[in-house]
Amino acid sequence: MARLETFYDVIRRQGISRRNFMKFCSLTAASLGLGPAFVPKIAHAMETKPRIPVLWLHGLECTCCSESFIRSAHPLVKDVVLSMISLDYDDTLMASAGHQAEAILEEIRHEYKGRYIAAIEGNPPLADDGMYCIIGGRPFVEQLREVCDDSMAVISWGSCASWGCVQAAKPNPTQATPVDKVIKNKPIIKVPGCPPIAEVMTGVITYMLTFDRIPELDRQGRPTMFYGQRIHDKCYRRPHFDAGQFVEAWDDDQARKGYCLYKMGCKGPTTYNACSTVRWNDGLSFPIQSGHGCIGCSEDGFWDKGPFYSRLTDIPQFGAEANADSIGGAVAGVVTAAVAAHAGVSAVHRARTKAGMTTPPQPPTP
Amino acid sequence: MYAELPTDPRPRGLAGTDEAGVGVQLGQRTAIYVYEAPVRLWHWVNALLIVVLIATGFFIGRPLPSMPGEASDAFLMGYIRFAHFAAGQALVVAYLARIFWAFVGNKHSRQIFYIPFWNARWWKEVVWEAKWYLFLVPEPKKYEGHNPLAHLAMFTMFNLTLVFLILTGCALYAEGQGQGSWWFAAFGWVIDLLGPNTLWVHTLHRAAMWVMLVFAIIHIYAAIREDIMSRQSMISTMLSGERMFKDDGQ
Ligand code: HEM
Ligand code: HEM
Ligand code: SF4
Repeated sequence: MARLETFYDVIRRQGISRRNFMKFCSLTAASLGLGPAFVPKIAHAMETKPRIPVLWLHGLECTCCSESFIRSAHPLVKDVVLSMISLDYDDTLMASAGHQAEAILEEIRHEYKGRYIAAIEGNPPLADDGMYCIIGGRPFVEQLREVCDDSMAVISWGSCASWGCVQAAKPNPTQATPVDKVIKNKPIIKVPGCPPIAEVMTGVITYMLTFDRIPELDRQGRPTMFYGQRIHDKCYRRPHFDAGQFVEAWDDDQARKGYCLYKMGCKGPTTYNACSTVRWNDGLSFPIQSGHGCIGCSEDGFWDKGPFYSRLTDIPQFGAEANADSIGGAVAGVVTAAVAAHAGVSAVHRARTKAGMTTPPQPPTP
Repeated sequence: MYAELPTDPRPRGLAGTDEAGVGVQLGQRTAIYVYEAPVRLWHWVNALLIVVLIATGFFIGRPLPSMPGEASDAFLMGYIRFAHFAAGQALVVAYLARIFWAFVGNKHSRQIFYIPFWNARWWKEVVWEAKWYLFLVPEPKKYEGHNPLAHLAMFTMFNLTLVFLILTGCALYAEGQGQGSWWFAAFGWVIDLLGPNTLWVHTLHRAAMWVMLVFAIIHIYAAIREDIMSRQSMISTMLSGERMFKDDGQ
């Protein structure tokens, strides 16, 4: 493996022309929300900086993050970023396998100590000493700790690594645990979503590789450039929401007219992601555009905050299918009935008291 | 059956309440100025705002049937949400003003903001008042301010619930204003604490609405009932500020 290669060297060696390289730089600048002035800066950085290796680990996951990643809309982006990454370690994409692959991992870890990025897809299950996810004969959590300890920063790909995702759903038998609960000593960039949008993934990684620093993060550790707004904030059906025009049932007239899916349980109002702006599959569509509400897959705990098809969520402490309205409504009903009964008893009581059936207190005769 | 009950052993005459809200004996006076004008004004403004907030809030989570016509012709959800946010912010301002008055007003203006938790006698009187509502004792005691049971409800069901509604409401508003807003800087911690998925904050905000609604039902009923059946005036007290004791001078 070449040691002091720059990104540019690698890219050219992969057969990508200078023209395409410049295109990539402008695309990247645009997707990161940077002005044209940044294009030469990105190009310069990639031409002069030594390539930063990326180790891509897979824990308990379904590989949908990788699937999304390799479908990055612009083939150019995909090629460039992939050629930067697959050179190192990604057990689902790399050519080598078995001991050979694990040897690469060791090599990078020692030679680039503190200078590589650990990209984590999936999460470690901690129950029973981590035996529910074994990589190369050892619990994944051990590999995760080793690789992250020597890295300069960690990327948590997807909802698994960021929040736990479905394998962490109650009662979470394998004790699947998000990466930031295990790795405490490194900066962690969360890129949630199930999967995250391809352009978001490549955008984040290119930013880190070219600028040598982590992007600005929000309070929950997500890059603000992609997770700063809710689906609802930029949803093209929003005018129907504000007007009060909703799909009331699947396949009704309003559904055909493309009204807002709020009443059908759309989680767009509480989901931070770029789907309504970047969209999916080369900007073709996204769930709401295809007529289905957002399920909030990039939000913490979305798997336990159901149902997907109701605006009001269940309150699990009160048993199945109890939400704020069913509980609150029942309590209010009981209280109203009790108040009515109490009023009745009070009236009888007062009539009796008035009639002088009690000794204390002696009411003064008016 | 009432004849078998022991007569209230306390001497007749006027009872007041000390700083903790526990009954004390007063001299002979027929009317006591209890709720100062700002407290009364706040009460009715606050009651109105809460009614608006419950009505609009209910329809935010469960919108009305769809509007006909073009989206550009209607703004129903927008107006409902606007009314909720406007009333919510007015409520916050009113509540802050009410807190300010607790510092400068009379002792009754402080009553709803604390309970004399360590005062055993106060708890006894809570029980006494509860028994009065359960028809177990023949007559309630007299209080200048809130009776201990009302006091307890005012503190827990009203005050704590309102603080919770305000905090979660402002956090949800901050979410709508966006992550760069000062709202978010000021109330984002509520989301960190309860969330981080704000869907749960919505659910809790809505559950708290029901607590407030239940409080309002009980409160309005109790106020009317007490006005008729207890030994002191109620509704007129919240209008004029003066507490009248009906069986005065017996
Ligand atoms: C007595 C006080 C209040 C009551 C009873 C109340 C009630 C409600 C209810 C029932 C909802 C619907 C929740 C849902 O299903 O998603 C709601 C939403 C909301 N409330 Fe309140 N609220 C109160 C005070 C406030 C305050 C003080 C604010 C702050 C300005 C506020 C801001 C909001 C916001 C931003 C939403 C979300 C609207 C949306 O998602 O479109 N609320 N409120
Ligand atoms: C028709 C409606 C209402 C009537 C007749 C009414 C009547 C009264 C009365 C008579 C009092 C004084 C109780 C006492 O002296 O112990 C009072 C106090 C109070 N009420 Fe209401 N009320 C109404 C609506 C509401 C609503 C909707 C709320 C809020 C949910 C509310 C919140 C309060 C609070 C917090 C106090 C304590 C005031 C203080 O000490 O600062 N009221 N109300
Ligand atoms: S479809 Fe969903 S995201 Fe779009 S406006 Fe309606 S509620 Fe918001």
